[in-house]
Amino acid sequence: MKVSEQWLREWVNPAVSSAELVAQLTMAGLEVDRTEAAAPAFEQVVVGCVIGLMPHPDADRLRVATVEVGGMEPLQIVCGAPNVAVGMYAPTALIGAVLPGGFTIKKSKLRGVESQGMLCSATELGLAETSEGLLPLPDGSRPGQSVRELLQLDDALIEIELTPNRGDCLGMEGIAREVATINRCEFRPVAADAVAPMLDATFPVSLLDPAGCPRYVGRVIRGVNPAAATPLWMKERLRRAGVRSLGPLVDVTNYVMLELGQPMHAFDLGRLSGGIEVRCARPGERLELLNGSVVEPDADTLLIADGNGPLALAGIMGGEISSCTAATRDVFLESAFFTPASIAGRARRYGLQTDSSYRFERGVDSQLQRRAAERATRLLMDMAGGQPGPIIEAVSPEHLPAEPAIRLRPERIRTLLGLDIPASEVEEILRRLGMAVAVEVEHWLVVPPSSRFDIALEADLIEEIIRIYGYHRLPGNRPLIRLDLPPQSEGQVAPERFKETLVQRGFQEVITYSFVDPAFQHRLDPERKPLALANPISADLAVMRTSLWPGLFKALIYNQKRQQPRGRLFEQGLNFIPTDDGLQQEPYIAGVVVGTVFSEQWGVPARTTDFFDLKADVEALLALTGEAETFTFVAATHPALHPGQSARIERSGVAVGWLGALHPQVARELEVEGDAFVFELSLSGLQAARLPAFREISKFPASRRDIAIVVEEAISAQAIQDCIRHYGGERLREVRLFDVYRGKGIAEGQKSLALGLILQDFSHNLTDSVVEATVSGIIAELSGQFGATLRI
Amino acid sequence: MDALPELLLVARTTITGADDLAALDQWRVHYLGKKGVLTERLKELGRLPPEQRREAGQAINEAKQALETALTLRKTALEAVALNARLASEAIDVTLPGRGQQPGGRHPLSRTLARIEAFFTGIGFAVAEGPEVEDDFHNFEALNIPPHHPARAMHDTFYFDAHTLLRTHTSPVQIRVLEQQAPPVRIIAPGRVYRCDSDLTHSPMFHQVEGLLVDEAVSFADLKGVLDDFLRHFFERDLAVRFRPSYFPFTEPSAEVDIQCVICGGSGCRVCKHSGWLEVLGCGMVHPAVFAKVGIDSERYTGYAFGMGVERLTMLRYGVNDLRLFFENDLRFLRQFQ
Repeated sequence: MKVSEQWLREWVNPAVSSAELVAQLTMAGLEVDRTEAAAPAFEQVVVGCVIGLMPHPDADRLRVATVEVGGMEPLQIVCGAPNVAVGMYAPTALIGAVLPGGFTIKKSKLRGVESQGMLCSATELGLAETSEGLLPLPDGSRPGQSVRELLQLDDALIEIELTPNRGDCLGMEGIAREVATINRCEFRPVAADAVAPMLDATFPVSLLDPAGCPRYVGRVIRGVNPAAATPLWMKERLRRAGVRSLGPLVDVTNYVMLELGQPMHAFDLGRLSGGIEVRCARPGERLELLNGSVVEPDADTLLIADGNGPLALAGIMGGEISSCTAATRDVFLESAFFTPASIAGRARRYGLQTDSSYRFERGVDSQLQRRAAERATRLLMDMAGGQPGPIIEAVSPEHLPAEPAIRLRPERIRTLLGLDIPASEVEEILRRLGMAVAVEVEHWLVVPPSSRFDIALEADLIEEIIRIYGYHRLPGNRPLIRLDLPPQSEGQVAPERFKETLVQRGFQEVITYSFVDPAFQHRLDPERKPLALANPISADLAVMRTSLWPGLFKALIYNQKRQQPRGRLFEQGLNFIPTDDGLQQEPYIAGVVVGTVFSEQWGVPARTTDFFDLKADVEALLALTGEAETFTFVAATHPALHPGQSARIERSGVAVGWLGALHPQVARELEVEGDAFVFELSLSGLQAARLPAFREISKFPASRRDIAIVVEEAISAQAIQDCIRHYGGERLREVRLFDVYRGKGIAEGQKSLALGLILQDFSHNLTDSVVEATVSGIIAELSGQFGATLRI
Repeated sequence: MDALPELLLVARTTITGADDLAALDQWRVHYLGKKGVLTERLKELGRLPPEQRREAGQAINEAKQALETALTLRKTALEAVALNARLASEAIDVTLPGRGQQPGGRHPLSRTLARIEAFFTGIGFAVAEGPEVEDDFHNFEALNIPPHHPARAMHDTFYFDAHTLLRTHTSPVQIRVLEQQAPPVRIIAPGRVYRCDSDLTHSPMFHQVEGLLVDEAVSFADLKGVLDDFLRHFFERDLAVRFRPSYFPFTEPSAEVDIQCVICGGSGCRVCKHSGWLEVLGCGMVHPAVFAKVGIDSERYTGYAFGMGVERLTMLRYGVNDLRLFFENDLRFLRQFQ
């Protein structure tokens, strides 16, 4: 809402500066977004009256005007405007005048004729985007008077960003009431006295949907002068509010809307038939609107119709067929109350947000219609003549919004605000806001004005009181709270610890969008169908990720394209996985690495990261659970991973994640440089932790025996170790795999594993014979299960 | 056979002249070993007449002790030289960089989130979470934003279907917590939120931290006290903080909280649009309609709620001038927050 300060001060003029006024509005909840000047700077532009007009001797389209500008001799000014005429008053830039943009007027010759100034259009003064010809000033203006002064252009436009609850401030009257309340002064409502009917012409109105339109006020006005012009003062006010002037009929309805907040409409009476019906749309109905578009309104859309069909989308926009034209002489004025529920959402649905729908959605005062109709009648008659009929009012009182009497308790004010406000202040604030306040025993009964749709509860009143009383007067308390000790489960690893562990191991955390490129998503997780947004912001952010990998790779590639070939990135966040049981939104942690193990450094040969480097990082995460031994890495294939270098990570047999090399084919498609390795773990699968439980430390020395065995390539180290642990039993404290060898001395297709076996007993020293027996038993078991031979 | 004094003189000279430990040891064996010169002389004592033995024995033993002392002295000296030589040879350039994995870093938004969580958990708030794919009821309806409410137009919502959407704020977590837990409730809910808007100052995904406190006799003044403290501690400055009336459908009264511009100190700059103030928070007292939706008696309990934008706080705290940097994940940007 753009408010002319000058216009506002006509209603209420507190002794505060413009800056103070702006601050007051903001601090009362009517946030001022910005202020601007009503007109750009220009000077030495005065009222001129054209007293003579001659053709230009050498130019068909130019004329030579004699212009009276007050005390001086009349000026000779060459003018090309089509509307220049003798007797016309127009803005005249004198020699030395500076127009907007810094354009200075000098004495000059136009096609050989001297010009002592310039007659100006509205555009040249920065008052309009486009204009045809000179800006006509009111007849009888005083030549020589400053145009800035005449048009009162030294005005500030205050742009208020209204919150959706303050529909009552979508008119000057509502804002004036606020300003008067804040400053504890009176405001002068605009006169809207009844205009006595001069005709008995009426037009029937029936409310077929009284819940949506409980009140409809209309009036016939005949004999309006179609050639009349909107007066300059009204055009200026419309302009300053950002509304285009479209001729007297439309201008009057817009002006009353800006003034009182009541949207109105003027129909061409000659184009109506039967009577007005306010009803919902019927199947198959079509309506061509004023903006040229055609809608087929839904059954929940309120229409203004006549005997021939739809005339307007009620409260949103008028129809072409019944609109006023330059030839209209008889009009039917509409001033109706449509309930917010009957308008809300409709305009948006048809893509037609209008000043009218904006107001009705937020709530127009249900008692305002007659006053607005009288005000519009008076303005229209003053501007364009015409003879009014009587006011026609159709009303369904039981459907009008109830006027609630709200109980307000002083102790509730104290409880909710933590502040005592004197009763007299409470009453004054509420009364100035237009509320009826009755003092009862230990409470007040308050009836808000019909313009305030946002006040129904005690809390609403309390907000009004503190809003005006001043939020700055609230104390800042330190609340007293009960000291409840929060639970701190040791059975769960906090997600922070996983993140910190990765950071310490050289990973950089990233945060990527939860919606990803469907192509990326498909390449990295082709077997799941992701949840698609109905209205994505762009085609490459259209589906919800089912894995953190698409975002990680996007970030990795972004950096690789910027001379950052080495990357160790991780992210933690939700994945959105559609399942038969509905959508799973579960937290995951995932990482990607590419490039050398360490950043470039001296004394260590550069080595490219491989599977086992990243596996160590993953194992560091698993170790946080205190029971790393419950996790296993099972060779398995994943469509995005290298089939020979990928593992499903299981915890006690349940899959909790993946680790592997990015499939070279996928890497090529994604344009990833270098061999990338990835992991992803379900946080919920990872968080459960073992409570440490103390075990006695053996007092007896441990014995170590190293063995080297040769097995088929296909036999996994995990299987060998599991077998050794199983057979070794309690006495076998630890198995250390310290070498894997292939090559000379080992047959093709086989490998040698070197293992250190550490044995120890709790109750006695192990004798060599017991150790040897255990080790040879293990070797026999390995031989039996895997065909393992001892390497000599 | 030399006289003992001559022998002793020669031996001393030899030992003092030994220039490494191995030579020294050879000389030790030569004089004092099992077949050493002095040992042999002790063995030959038996051949002397008995009255001379005692005196001669004493003389040999004294010579032996004198040589042992000389050997120890020389050994200590040689060891000191050897150690010094080793230390000199092992000197390194301590200014060379350390080796190994260099630590990574947290994302700046994580850093801010962790700070915010630390402040509020420190005064007894628990951290709560909720789904990001939300239903209309929790995101709007239960927060007193019925269909077609004008406030919905201010939330550019991503939809999946008519009832399912990406949460536009962290406020639905309020509802989910109140559905589960009876007062007193003290939670913060950090997380991702989404709005269908993308330009210089809007990201389609961003982060909020919601706060909710419900108990008996919680007041607006309590809310003001907590947020005043939070903002001053967050920025570690004695900032001016102001509460300004505003509107949220789920709080009444509602306020927006402005801080004195941390860039210009309140004198007016581009960041604060020359107002001297920066809006950083929205808050208010829980609306009775919200309590009604979750079955809490609003006569007995009152509560406050607040919501803050994590990106904005991070930008102001660290001077980041472009919102989009947070989601481009450029390592050259992220590493600045290690």
